[in-house]
Amino acid sequence: MIEGISIQVILTFTTVLFFIGLYGFLTRTHLIGILISLELMLNSEAINFVAVNKYLHPQFLQGAVFSLFILALAAAETALALAIILQVYRRTGSVDVKEVKELKY
Amino acid sequence: MEQILFYILAGTTLVAALLTVNTTKIYRAVVYLLIALLGIAGIYFQMNYDFMGAVQLSVYAGGVMVLLVYVIMLTEKVGEPIRRIAPFRRVIAGITVLLLMGLALFAIWKFDFQTLGDGSPVTVEQVGKAMLSYDRNGFVLPFEVISVLLLAVMIGAIVIAKSKIQKNTDQ
Repeated sequence: MIEGISIQVILTFTTVLFFIGLYGFLTRTHLIGILISLELMLNSEAINFVAVNKYLHPQFLQGAVFSLFILALAAAETALALAIILQVYRRTGSVDVKEVKELKY
Repeated sequence: MEQILFYILAGTTLVAALLTVNTTKIYRAVVYLLIALLGIAGIYFQMNYDFMGAVQLSVYAGGVMVLLVYVIMLTEKVGEPIRRIAPFRRVIAGITVLLLMGLALFAIWKFDFQTLGDGSPVTVEQVGKAMLSYDRNGFVLPFEVISVLLLAVMIGAIVIAKSKIQKNTDQ
């Protein structure tokens, strides 16, 4: 925990970060832009896990360990998504969701 | 001192995040995301969880950033502005997000948290022992599941990125 900072302040910070990411997720049409917004959302969750663990249940390690798992999942998801984006670009010549219509049917 | 540092880090992160979702150049979005991730790593260091901060720096600021820049170089024409949805829809999205954020913040500030933390650091030793122990507070099962997942992702990413292009029927 941080000296002089209550858990509400940290949760407020992560909530604002999460909803900034959500805004980007909703407004972008570029596939990599969407992925970047997703990274922001995942990061805010990971901070939440660590903060709740450190402030409310310091005798356990659940949040600390699961934030590491979230990080591993985020890295895995990024690698896979970028491979798919690369393949989409090779097929359609664009990485804009409006140009990628093949998955619709 | 700690307080001032936290507010500086949090402010930098939020400003960088806002710029990330608002810029129209994808390279700039990646650089702003890097700044936001560095700020988040600083907050982990402040919370006395050094290992997570180090992992954040190496995995995100190192690995994911390189991947993102590499794929953007392969797919994007440099300097071309990227498209977003129409301004009117952007305003609607912003209002929706602000409403949801208000709801979440209301819930957070309404709830009575019982803070117990003593500020003791989480050491690498503790985390390592917890991840490999199979008793009551051990995490060996999720650890193994994550390793299988990483293997599957590695194979999947290679297979997807390498697969041959089949000619489109309508081209």
